[in-house]
Amino acid sequence: MYKYVAKRLLYMIPVLLGVAFLVFTILSLTPGDPGSIILGITAKPEEIAALNAEFGYDKPFFVRFFSYIGDVVLHFDLGTSYQSRQPVIQDIIARFPNTFWLTVFSMSAAAIIGIVLGILSAVKQYTALDQSLVVIALIFASVPGFWLGLMLMLLFSMKLGILPSYGADSLRAFILPTITVCMSSAASLLRLTRSAMLETVRQDYIRTAKAKGASGKRVIWKHALRNAMLPVVTTLGTNFGASLGGAIIAETVFAMPGMGTLITTAIRQKDIPVVMGATLFLAALFSLVILIVDVLYAFIDPRIKAKYQNGGKRRE
Amino acid sequence: MNKTVLDVKNLSIQYKTDLETVYAVNGISFSLEAGETLGLVGETGAGKTTTALGILGLLPERTARITGGEILLKEQDLLKLKEQEMQKVRGSRISMIFQDPMTALNPVLPIGQQIGEALYLHNDEGLTQKQIEQRVEETLELVGIPKARKVEYPHQFSGGMRQRVVIAIALICNPDILVADEPTTALDVTIQAQILTIIRDLQKKYKTTVIMITHDLGVVAETCDKVGVMYGGKIVEYGALEDIFTDKEHHPYTEGLFRSLPSLTGNSRRLQPIEGLMPDPTVKPEGCWFAPRCGQCMEICKKEAPPVWEDDAHKIRCHLFHQKAKGGE
Repeated sequence: MYKYVAKRLLYMIPVLLGVAFLVFTILSLTPGDPGSIILGITAKPEEIAALNAEFGYDKPFFVRFFSYIGDVVLHFDLGTSYQSRQPVIQDIIARFPNTFWLTVFSMSAAAIIGIVLGILSAVKQYTALDQSLVVIALIFASVPGFWLGLMLMLLFSMKLGILPSYGADSLRAFILPTITVCMSSAASLLRLTRSAMLETVRQDYIRTAKAKGASGKRVIWKHALRNAMLPVVTTLGTNFGASLGGAIIAETVFAMPGMGTLITTAIRQKDIPVVMGATLFLAALFSLVILIVDVLYAFIDPRIKAKYQNGGKRRE
Repeated sequence: MNKTVLDVKNLSIQYKTDLETVYAVNGISFSLEAGETLGLVGETGAGKTTTALGILGLLPERTARITGGEILLKEQDLLKLKEQEMQKVRGSRISMIFQDPMTALNPVLPIGQQIGEALYLHNDEGLTQKQIEQRVEETLELVGIPKARKVEYPHQFSGGMRQRVVIAIALICNPDILVADEPTTALDVTIQAQILTIIRDLQKKYKTTVIMITHDLGVVAETCDKVGVMYGGKIVEYGALEDIFTDKEHHPYTEGLFRSLPSLTGNSRRLQPIEGLMPDPTVKPEGCWFAPRCGQCMEICKKEAPPVWEDDAHKIRCHLFHQKAKGGE
C-alpha cells in the first residue's frame, strides 16, 4: 500500500511538468507582452522593451521555460509577480484559504445533502418523494452557477438584507458562495447515489442478505451502501478537486479574493509567474485529492486493496 | 419422522406489469416430511425459481402477486405472515442456496461476518459475539473451509469455495427447510459432486428438508426422495424417485426429458431434444400446456386441461392415462 502511494506520488512529477509546459505555451502564444500591458499605450517602445528585458520576457521560449522550471525545482521559487512585484507564493498564501474553505464547506454540504437524499430517493423509488427529488435535482444540476449566485444575492442581500453579497471577511460571507457551489454538486451526487443504490439493490448478494432474514433497513445500510459508494466517492473527489481551482464563477460573482479570481486577473494582465504558480499549485493539489480518493477506494472495497498490494496482479 | 414440515397447496404466482401478465406458477401442490428431499425439475422458465422465491417471500414486490394457495410451514400459513414476521422465518427456519456463488456474496464484507450475520439476526439462544464467532468457525469446518479463512473476502475464494460459504450461511441457523436453487449449475463437474455431497451429509446430520431445484436429472437421481417435474408453472408429474426413474407410466414431457439425456451404459445414440419451446407464459392456453410440443397429443388435449391421474403417490397430469383407463374397461 505504501509502495502504491509512493509510486503515485512519483507519477505526479511528469503530470506537473506537462501541466507547466502546456500553460506556459498557451500563455506565450497569446498576443501582447507584459511590458506594454503594465505601462499602457502611452509608454515609449524603449521603456516597454526595458521592462520586458527586466522580466526576462525578451529571451526565447525554451530558455524562459527551463529557467522557470529550474527556479521552481531547485529553489522552490515560484517567481515574482509582474504586477505587484511580490513573490507569487505570497499571493497564493493570501488567497488560497478562502478558496479552500469555500470548497470544504460546499463539498461537505453537497456530500451530506446529495448522499442522504440520494439514498432516500432510491429507497422510496417511484413514490412522490422520489419523483420530486429527481426533478429538483435535475433543476439544480442544470441551473448555471452565476445565475444561481445572482438570484441568491438578489434575495438574501438585496431584498432581505440578511447576508453580505461580497467579500470573505466573516463566516457569514461564505454562506451564499457555498450554496452557489454546493447545489449543482449536491444535485449530481443525488442522482449518482440514487442510480448506484438502485443498481446495487438488484444484485444477487442483496437477495442473499434478504434470504438471511435481514430487514430492509439493514440491507440498505450494511450491504448496499458501501457497494454503492465507489462511484459516488469518485465524483465527490473530482468535484472537490475541480472546485479548488474552479470556484471562479462563485468567487467572481461574490467578489471573493480566492484562487479563481487570482488566476483570471493574472491571465488578463499576462502576469505569467502568477498564472504559472497558481496553476501548478492547484494541479499538485488536485493530483493529491485524486490520490486520496484512490486510497479511500481501498478502504471501501477489499478487491481494490488487494490489487494495490499485489501491484495490479490478482491473487487466485 | 413422518410429520409434514412443508405443505404447499395449490400455489399460484403471477408477474403483473402494465403491459402483460406472466402466469409463472399455476396451482402447484406438494408436501414434505422432515429429512425428505424434493427435486423440482424442468426447463428454464418452468416456474421453479419463482416457486422457491414464493416460499421464502422474496418475490419482487412491485410485479409479483401470489394469486392463490397456501404455504404451510408446520401448519402455519406463511402467506398470512407480515413482512416482519417473515423476516424471522427467513434464514432461520427456511433458508436458501443460490445458483451463482460468484455473485451471491457481498464483495466488501469478510465471509465470516456474512455467515455470522444469519445467526446474529436470529439469535434466539442469546449467544454472545464470541459464541457466534465460534459457531461460524464450526460451520466453516463443516463445509470444508479452514476456519482461519473467515477473515477473507469473497474475491479470495474460488467458485466452489464460495458455494460452500453460501451453504454455510444457509445452514448456520439449522433451518427446517433448505431451498437449493440450482446449487451446482455454475460449477464444474468435480466441484458439483463435492457440493452435493456436502449438502447431503449435512441434511442427514440435521434432518433438514431440502427442496432441490435443478434441470439436471443426474442431480435428482443422486439426491432426491420425491420428484416434481414442472412444465409451464405446473407440476405435470409427481412421485417418489423410483416412480419417475423406472419404466412405468410417464408424462410425455418426462419421457422427453429422459430421451434428451445421454446414456452411459447403453449403445450410443443421437440425443432426442424435445421439439419446440416453452409456451408463452403470458397466454393461458385452454387445454394442456404441453400439447403443442407433445408427440402423443390428442384432440381433447387442445381443448381441456388434463385431470390428474393417480397411482398411489405417483401423479400424472395428462389425458393419456384416463383415455387408456377408459379403453381398458
